[in-house]
Amino acid sequence: MTILGIAPALPLHAAGKYVAGAYIVFVLVILIYVAIMAVRLGRMERQLVELNRDLERRDGATEPGRDPDATSAGATHREPAPVSGAGRPGDSSL
Amino acid sequence: MPTYGKGLRGLSILTLATIAVALILVFFYAPLDASQGFIQKIFYIHVPLAIVSLCGFVFGGLLAVMHLRTGDRRYDLRSYVAIHMALIFGVAALLAGSIWAKASWGHWWVWNDPTLVSYLIVLLMFATYTPLRFSIEDPERQARYASVFAIVGGAFVPLNFIAVREAQEYVHPRVLTLTGSNLPGPMLLTFLVSLLGITLLYITLWKYEMAAKNTRMQMRALRRRLLGDDDISPLQRSAAPSL
Repeated sequence: MTILGIAPALPLHAAGKYVAGAYIVFVLVILIYVAIMAVRLGRMERQLVELNRDLERRDGATEPGRDPDATSAGATHREPAPVSGAGRPGDSSL
Repeated sequence: MPTYGKGLRGLSILTLATIAVALILVFFYAPLDASQGFIQKIFYIHVPLAIVSLCGFVFGGLLAVMHLRTGDRRYDLRSYVAIHMALIFGVAALLAGSIWAKASWGHWWVWNDPTLVSYLIVLLMFATYTPLRFSIEDPERQARYASVFAIVGGAFVPLNFIAVREAQEYVHPRVLTLTGSNLPGPMLLTFLVSLLGITLLYITLWKYEMAAKNTRMQMRALRRRLLGDDDISPLQRSAAPSL
């Protein structure tokens, strides 16, 4: 016997649509939030790919025997900025 | 830098399990209300959402106190996320309540009930929190002003609650009182499990949001380390806190 089989029948005829509506609203709000989070995650993944590409480019530019000044990516040989959790104001706005 | 993702998987599973148990209790265990019948089932989602959203505003206020006391901007970020999540829960509570009102009273909204109107006031007040932040460009000032707002708003919530409790005329039923509840045992158990589920959901989503923001922040720091300050595009004006 299934769980649904032994469960008491729900009186859905009159108030069912309102109860369903209220619970669907709750689920929808959560789903919209999760969808927004998924979009943000996708953006973060793209930034991570970009970051990896920049890192590879920099590693390629600083290989032994290569003059970093000769590379077209002029920014890659610049002295890196110090990293801290609390950098310049506004740097990590989310 | 703290990691907010720690324990998130376990918490998510616990949240899902609690909400699943709550739904089973709501539909297959809790008895039908004698006067309202099946429509009263909305109570188990509407009231926990409203309670958790109000507690979320107070939580945001407490974190804002910590921000002003310590000057640590991470508390501002936590407060921002707490209020942001509480607003989402508040909107869900309001919509669920409106549906219940339509089914019970025949109107989507009534203006003569202090509980409804006061909740709307609290919600609208906190809806101005994000525009307030956005209106201030300087991050330091933005964080400070937002914290003051969050503290005042957070303090307003219990005061508002007490004022509404003192009201003589109301349409909303008084089910939960400070001395106990008027609910029979199975209904009270179902309500408490629902409240636990929604509370866990709030904590889980808060942690998710904090983990996402923290990750993005670390990525930006890494990018700056890799490319230097000049190659990072300047950030656009934002209501979200920056560290």
